[in-house]
Parts: sequence; C-alpha cells; structure tokens
Amino acid sequence: MSNILEVKDLKAYYGPSQALHGISFSLVQGGITTLLGANGAGKTTTLRAICGMVRAEGSVLIDGEPVTGKPTEAVVRLGVGHVPEGRGTFTELSVEENLRVAAYTRRDRSAVARDLEMVFTYFPRLKERIAQQAGTLSGGEQQMLAISRALMLGPRLMLLDEPSFGLAPLIVQEIFRIMRRINEEAKVSMLLVEQNAALALELADHAYVLETGRVVMSGTSADVKSDEQIRKSYLGY
Amino acid sequence: MATTMTSDRPANNAERAAGAGLPAAQASVPKWIWLGVIIAALLPLAGGENGFISNFYFLQLSLMIVYSIAVLGLNLLTGFNGQISLGHGAFFAVGAYVTAILIDRYEMHYLATLPLAMLACFVIGYLFGLPALRLEGHYLALATFSLAIAVPQFLKYRHFEPFTHGVQGINIFKPDPPFGLPLSPDQWLYLIVLACAVVMFIVARNIVRSRMGRAMMAIRDQPLAADTMGINSARTKSITFGISALYVGLAGALHAIIFEFVSPDSFRFELSIAILVGAVIGGVATLSGAVVGGFFVQFIEKYADAATKWVTSTFHLPIHLEPWTIYGIVLILLMYIMPMGIAGGFGSLWRRIRLTG
Amino acid sequence: MEQLLQQVASGLANGAIYALLALALVMIFVSTNHINFAQGEMAMFSAFICWQFIDWGYPFWIALPATMLFSFTVGVLIERIILRPLHTAPLLSVVVVFIGLLAIFHSLAGAIWTHTIKPFPSPFPDVSFAGSGIIGFHQIGMILVSVGMLVLLFCFFRFTSLGLAMRAAALNATSARLVGINVDWMLALGWGLAATVGSVAGVLVAPVVYLEPNMMAGILLYGFAGALVGGISSPGGAVAGGFIVGVLENMVAYLGNQLERATGVYLIGNGEKLTVALLIVITVLTLKPSGLFGHVTVKRV
Repeated sequence: MSNILEVKDLKAYYGPSQALHGISFSLVQGGITTLLGANGAGKTTTLRAICGMVRAEGSVLIDGEPVTGKPTEAVVRLGVGHVPEGRGTFTELSVEENLRVAAYTRRDRSAVARDLEMVFTYFPRLKERIAQQAGTLSGGEQQMLAISRALMLGPRLMLLDEPSFGLAPLIVQEIFRIMRRINEEAKVSMLLVEQNAALALELADHAYVLETGRVVMSGTSADVKSDEQIRKSYLGY
Repeated sequence: MATTMTSDRPANNAERAAGAGLPAAQASVPKWIWLGVIIAALLPLAGGENGFISNFYFLQLSLMIVYSIAVLGLNLLTGFNGQISLGHGAFFAVGAYVTAILIDRYEMHYLATLPLAMLACFVIGYLFGLPALRLEGHYLALATFSLAIAVPQFLKYRHFEPFTHGVQGINIFKPDPPFGLPLSPDQWLYLIVLACAVVMFIVARNIVRSRMGRAMMAIRDQPLAADTMGINSARTKSITFGISALYVGLAGALHAIIFEFVSPDSFRFELSIAILVGAVIGGVATLSGAVVGGFFVQFIEKYADAATKWVTSTFHLPIHLEPWTIYGIVLILLMYIMPMGIAGGFGSLWRRIRLTG
Repeated sequence: MEQLLQQVASGLANGAIYALLALALVMIFVSTNHINFAQGEMAMFSAFICWQFIDWGYPFWIALPATMLFSFTVGVLIERIILRPLHTAPLLSVVVVFIGLLAIFHSLAGAIWTHTIKPFPSPFPDVSFAGSGIIGFHQIGMILVSVGMLVLLFCFFRFTSLGLAMRAAALNATSARLVGINVDWMLALGWGLAATVGSVAGVLVAPVVYLEPNMMAGILLYGFAGALVGGISSPGGAVAGGFIVGVLENMVAYLGNQLERATGVYLIGNGEKLTVALLIVITVLTLKPSGLFGHVTVKRV
C-alpha cells in the first residue's frame, strides 16, 4: 500500500518568521490521518504548505509526485481537495454554482454528474437548498458544502482544516460520520486537522501531534489516545 | 472581492508609502542647501540686460521653483499623509484665479493677493478634505480625478464670468521691481518666488518634524491604528488637505503673476497629472524630492517637446512621438525600478552607504 | 413634451455608453480592487483603431469585431505584463502606473493619428426614427448594441463555466485556487473583457462626439458616476447606474433650460454637465459609497 502523501522535513514561513521547523509524516492510501495540537502549533500551516499557499521548503510528495513550490491550483489539479479553515465558500454564489465551479477543471462530464449525485446522497440537505445563496446557509450546511466542493474535484486526497469548528455537536457527529463514509466508499484518503482531539482520534487511524512547528508524537490513534500526556493535554482526562 | 485567510505579509512601513524611508532624516537641512539658496539668491546679479543669464532663464527658473512649491504641497498630502490626490490642479487654478481676479478687478497689490489665495485654497482644501477623509485610497483618487476633469468646465460657468471673463481669461501684468531696484521684472519675480519657496520649505520641514507631522505619517502607515493611538484622524487629514491645497494655491498664484494670464483651459487635468508625475519622480515622501519634481514639471511643460522631436528624428520613427508617451513609459518603469522616486532612491542609497561605510 | 422625450431618449442613448464604461470599470474593480483610470483613453484608442480599419476599406461590422479582438489582446497583455508584478505594490504605485497607461494611450493616439478632429462614420442610417424627430437611428443603435453586449456578457458569466470560474476568482481568489482555477489568467481575461467592453463604448460614441484624443475624458467621468451610483462592486448596478446618470444629466440640463425660459434666469445647463457628474461622484462617495446595488465590504482588522 503506497503513501498518497509523504512529507519530509517540511519547513514553512510567514514572511520572515518560521512556522514549521522540519516536520515529517506520511499518509497511506485510503487512510485517515489526523494532525493534533494546540492553537498555533502549525497544523493549518501544514495543510497550507502542502497546497502551496505559504512559502515552504522540504519535500512533499502526492502519490510520489513532488509538489513543493508548485502554485496552489497545480497541486489541486493533482487531486487534492482542501477544505480550508473558515470553509472558504463562495458566499455570493448559489449552492449549485459552488459545486459547479469545483468541477471547472474536470473534463469528464458523466463523472462530474455522478459525483454530484454522490454529494447529494451524502448531503441531502444541500440538494434541498441547491438554488440558495451559499452565504445564507447555516454553519453546518456551509461545512457540508465545503466538503462537497472538495469532493466535486474528484480528489484522491482531502485535506480538512477544523471541520468541527463552530458547529453544534450533533451536526459535527453527522459530518464526521459522512466523512467516514466518504473515506470508505469513495476511497478518498484524508488528512484531518482538528482541535477536537477526541473526535479526530475516533475517525483517524493514525495521528501526529504538533507543537510549535514540530512533531512531538506519532502513532496509531489507539496508541495516541491511550498516551498519558495526550490524555491530560488534549483529551482532558 | 478577494479575501485572504491569513496575512503573511508583515506590515512593512517602507512598503506603505513610496519613499517613506526616514522622513525625519530627509527633513534635516544640511548646510550646503543654505549655501545653494544664497547662491540662487545672488543669481540676478549675474543676469540682467547685460548679464549672461537672460530674462528667459530667470523665467524658467521661477516656473521651476513655483512647480516645486506645488509638488511640495502634494508631497505633504500624498507622501507624508498617504492620501492620493489626482486633482490638485484644481487648487492651482483656485490660487491662480484668486490672484488674477484680485489684481484685475480690485487692483490689489500682487503681494497682498498671495496670503488671500493661500487662505482661499486652505479653506476649500479643508472643506474638500472633510468628506474626502472617509474615502479609502482608490475612492479618493477617483474623487480627485473627477475633480481634475471637471475643473475647466466649472471655471467657465456663466455666472462666474464677471470675475473670470470666461474662456477669454484674465490678463494681468508682471509687477516692476520696487524702490527702483536695477532688476528686470523677471529677476524681481524670481527673487519673490525664491523667497516664498524658502519660507514654504522651512514651514514644511517644521510641519513634518512636529507632532502634526508624526500624526500625518502615523495615519499614512497605520490608518486603522492611528485613531486608537489618540490621533484625531479626521481632523489631521482635513487639515493636511487644507495645507496641501494652500501650497498648491500659492504656486498657482505665483504662476499667474509670472505668466500674466489665466484661463480655464490652462487648468486641464493634464496639470494635475503633471504635478503628480513630478512628485512621484522626485520622491513623494521627501522634501528635497519636491525640488526635483518641480524641475520635472517644468521639463514636462517646456523641454519634453524638443527632447521627443530629437528622439523621433534620431531613431527615424514613423510617427511623431509625443512627450507624454515617454513620460508614461518612464512612470511605469520607475514604479518597478525606483518606486521611491529620484530623491527617495538616492536618499536610501545614501543611507545604505553611510550605514556600511 | 416632445423635447422632454427627446432628452430622455438621448439620455438613454448616452446612458448606454456610460453603462458600458461603468461595467468595464466595475469588472476590473471587482477582480483586482483597482480603478482603471486609463479606461477612457483605452476606449478612445480603440475607437481610433476601428477608424483605421474603416479607413483601410473594411466595412464597419468587420472593423468592430477586429477592434474588439485587438482591445481584448491589449487588455490581457496589460494585466499580464504590466500589472501582474505589481499585485503587492502599494496603492500609489499602481495608481501611478494607471496614470502612465493613460498618458501613453492618449499621446500615442495623438502621435499616430494627429489631433485633428475626425468624423467617425456611424453604421446606422442618419435618419430620425419614423420621422418623429425624437430619437435618431444612431441613438437606437447605441442602445441596442450596448444592451446586446450586456446581455451577451450576462449570459457568459451566468451560464458558462469559464464565466463562473472568473466570477469565483473575483469573489475569493484563495478559494478559487483551491478548486484548481488559475486565478492569474482569470484576472487577465477579465481585463481583456473589460477592455473589449470599453472599446465598444468608444466606437459607439465616436460618431456623436467626433474622434479626437480628448474625446473620452469627460465621458469617463460619467462612467465613474454611473459606476458609483449603481455600486462599484455590482456589475448589474453599474449598468443601471450608467443609464440613470445618462438620463439624469439630460434631465438636469433640460430643467435648467426650462427654468431659463420661464424666468430668464440661467442656473444650469449643458455647460455644467461635467460639474453635475462631479457632484454625483462626490455625493455618492460621501453618502453611500456602495451605491444603489453594491454592498459594503466590512474590513477585518
């Protein structure tokens, strides 16, 4: 089983200040890995670095292909769907337009149509609101839309940045359940950044813990979950 | 509109105003400038009827200095306070017309018209600044650009005609030197203009170094934070607008006296652009840049034609190349190579040499 | 009554031009957050290009598409070569570059074609509509061609995927990149389209105001007014704003004429139109910068 994502010694910078100090991790094809850590640990920065949104050095391989230094749109076209922090919805476009625009780079119309059907199966609520302006959707619906938009790219790898942020627990559970379905049914590998460690560890098979731009712990979710330090710092018991 | 999710550009003061650098350092007056002023003041002795500097050159010098004052006014507003104005030709026109009307219709002494022209421009500038201060960068540029386009037609308004004589304009006459001094009118005017310029530059330097100046620059560099720092942003911006207009108005008044003529079409939007070009080439956030800028505006008016004709013939161009094409190209190139203008560019070069040497 | 109708009709015809210019301005503003101060001169230059094609013997309806193609290319080149490197430059630098472009287009037109005023042939017959004397064919042509162009653009942006991608790139560049859109090229295309729209405005207005390098400066001011009235962030609003300003300026002049006829007092007339436009600009910016249909963007501190 090859790695869909391999990151080696990744450094990232915001202007002159360095946010990542050489982190390394990998993600097996079809797996779900989560990046945990406190605010400012560098989790979001990692996702951004993979997508070429911040200045980065080091090696990032998407299914064996190096992407460091490539512009964001080029990385995306390799099959990476990034669900960003804050959802990144086109608030002034309708739900349908949000989904349509994500298929802009795809040539295969029938595949796009199939994916649209798949999206509506996962998120029937979106189908109800298809003509509505995206900015008027509730938080949970916008998150669903953001995930769907990434799905409409037909990605092999999805990067999710704090999908639980600001959402009610019930909605979060629903979304995480659907994420598992997407991973199993559509075979989409996922790299999940979450502050809600409990939820993340439940969904993911592997976890990496970041602290101030460095990996301080890694292992299977089970191992990480049972670790004393982790339990005290991130799981609160 | 594009939204960014994170600001990965640290707020860099030097990036915010073309030529910010260290304005305080620019504002100090080296001894050699005083020497230059004295030499300049003594030039008329070398000129005159039999001298080797003809009246024509005194005229050119006077105009150059006048434009320097105008550029200085724009520098204060745009370079030091960050408000972009594409319409300062309007204040030039106001100053010119106030002087011309006072001399023509009310037979006022020309020197007495100057403070009145400045006052009128300050008031109008301040009033224009009041609504303008709420406008962000490009909106203000838009508003002032609109002002520049509308000026000539506005000046031709029928009900102004008793004062402005409409399209025919107003003719006034250069004053003779007082006390029977052995100078030509051009030389005398040159001294007046020089004196005004020295005074206005000193005032500008004092403004820049004062609390007001620091407030102006704070507003330019951190517009949102300035208010929280206890600066009355609104008042500072309006006053800066007024002061800037005052400077340009004085320049306009002096120009009217030198040129002996004003008419609505002397103040088309090319004038506003010429002042901006001079300011940018000279260096917007410097005082010395105004001198360079003044030279450029005069060059734009007078010598560019000759230069372009030379270029056209030397390179055997199939069209009659016009000066503004070259200016446009130079402006664009300058924004890449030396966005801080000539004075700004040399200033930072000088500082770098001093720091390393 | 007939005169009033004439004024409204002529106002609509002028408004069509202002609507096109306003749309061009808004397209660039929405995607790049900059105001194209050179828009008027670019449109004027395009009008000269069209004139040149006609002078070489091509019929108008060949010259116009050729001109539009030329303008599109120039617009794309300007964005790619001149403006792209300045994406992070301070505002003053960008404004100065626009002024530079303004100067280049203005003086090049004068250099290539001289400053002599030239008549520009109208493709529409020079006959008053149905002999009623209210509106001429050229004015109807102005309205029809403008509206046709606007409808085409609307359909392009609403119904094609490229149009959708361009809208997305203008709304949220980062998110657009995240769906694989090459935002830089979208901006360039936007510029090309804006330049094309501007060129149509220039060509349509040239027969009315006669072709010379100074012809567009005042008209650009009306374009600004229209864009602001409608809302500089709203393309539809800008179009509406253009028509509103066109009719409004004629109404003001008409009322001024009526006032003068009735009372002998001249307050305002055709000679004050630019000042009226300026007042509109300042009023809108002061009272409601987002215009009638635009929205206010809240700045995140």
